[in-house]
Amino acid sequence: MAQFKHGLVKALLLCSTLFLASHAVAALQPIPPLESAVTDLTHTLSTQEQQALATKLSTFSTEKGSQIAVLIVSTTQPEDIAQYSIRVAETWKIGRDKQDDGVIIVVAKDDRKMRVEVGYGLEGAIPDLTAKRIVSEVMSPHFKQGDFYGGLDAATNTIMRLTLGEALPAPERKTTAENDWFHLLPMIMFGVIVTGMILRAIFGTFIGSTLNAGLIGIVVWVLGAALFAVALSSFAAFIFTLMMGSRGINGYGHYPGGYGGGSGGGFGGGDVFTGGGGDFGGGGASGDW
Amino acid sequence: MQKLFLKLMALVMVLSLSGCGYNQFQSLDEESKASWSEVLNQYQRRADLVPNLVATVKGYAAHEEKVLTEVAEARSKVGSMQVTPEVLNDPEAFSKFQAAQGQLTSALSRLMAVAENYPNLKADQGFRDLQAQLEGTENRVTVARNRYIESVKAYNVTVRSFPNNLTAMMFGYKAKPNFTVENEKAISTAPKVEFGDK
Repeated sequence: MAQFKHGLVKALLLCSTLFLASHAVAALQPIPPLESAVTDLTHTLSTQEQQALATKLSTFSTEKGSQIAVLIVSTTQPEDIAQYSIRVAETWKIGRDKQDDGVIIVVAKDDRKMRVEVGYGLEGAIPDLTAKRIVSEVMSPHFKQGDFYGGLDAATNTIMRLTLGEALPAPERKTTAENDWFHLLPMIMFGVIVTGMILRAIFGTFIGSTLNAGLIGIVVWVLGAALFAVALSSFAAFIFTLMMGSRGINGYGHYPGGYGGGSGGGFGGGDVFTGGGGDFGGGGASGDW
Repeated sequence: MQKLFLKLMALVMVLSLSGCGYNQFQSLDEESKASWSEVLNQYQRRADLVPNLVATVKGYAAHEEKVLTEVAEARSKVGSMQVTPEVLNDPEAFSKFQAAQGQLTSALSRLMAVAENYPNLKADQGFRDLQAQLEGTENRVTVARNRYIESVKAYNVTVRSFPNNLTAMMFGYKAKPNFTVENEKAISTAPKVEFGDK
């Protein structure tokens, strides 16, 4: 028995060591969060240049739906630029969900390498050959002269032109759907309070809150909000109803904060550039200068 | 009383089917099959490029017979291979498939290395186009392989971990073979480029 215990302790120790070891991943270059269409970690572009490029690309994204992002890093070592850029693509998910119409330009400045990563949906409009030409005939000559902005500007122009050749659906006017229920928000808030009070009186605090949360979720969903917003608003309704009684009338003071915080995440900030869930399969081309 | 007990037992057993990962096997199995199709797809695409590539190189470097026949042989070997979905559950057939594709990979990289010695060939627009396409395809193969590796990993972990392994044993779900790095090593060592007696 003692031996068994001893063995067990050993096994547990081994397990925990293995667990820790498996989490010590080889040091790959980190992927920066996607905050703008143009991410420049090397400060190669001036602020104006970065702004100009980012504005151009996010306007293109809102008008045409397809997304183009630019990332400048100093190095992608120990990975090859293609390996690094597919990781970026998998993290950022540029392009729309079903259309997969995203393009990412990665420049590794110190490695003197660049890559145009093309999403599944644009492999027809920008085949590898075309991507290769963009790299070697558009970007490379500019980069050789140290003109990074010129190269990126020309390359993004070319990509935008090519993207328009692909028959893709216009961007969804999802703002209308979201606005619809956004305008109804005060009504919904009022509803939360009234139904919350009734349901709590009948079913008690916990069950009443749960029912209220479900109800609000359904209402918001019917009004056409995204599932994420539905989940958030129903969660917010649950928390709010739960707190309503326990804090007495003070509960109202917490209400706007709690609710606003919850739904804010659902919308994402106004002009933050976010990926739409586009998939990449390794299409595109790399090159150097 | 006993009847009720039996009913409860039946209910517990049905519920435990989903609890013990049976449904999970289904979706993970399907997922790995889908990513396997993508791997095949990209390998096929590469094989389709080979005849053109060989023809173009022949135009400039006809006397590089050794490399050219090597590529052609590897290509025909890959082409003659029957790849059924059963390959996925047969480690031996899987490693054969992997070896054949690996052979083509190394033959192709030798061909590209040899091409470096022919400035006229390198300047040929047709060759450069094929080179870009080959690069793109190799990259897609890598991505598809990585995704297959990930999906098989998820599947295998589910099949092997307790208590799912009991369910897996009951229904005959086995761990799937995965790509190994063995021949990757051979591929990633850069082929020697011989200068001089040309």
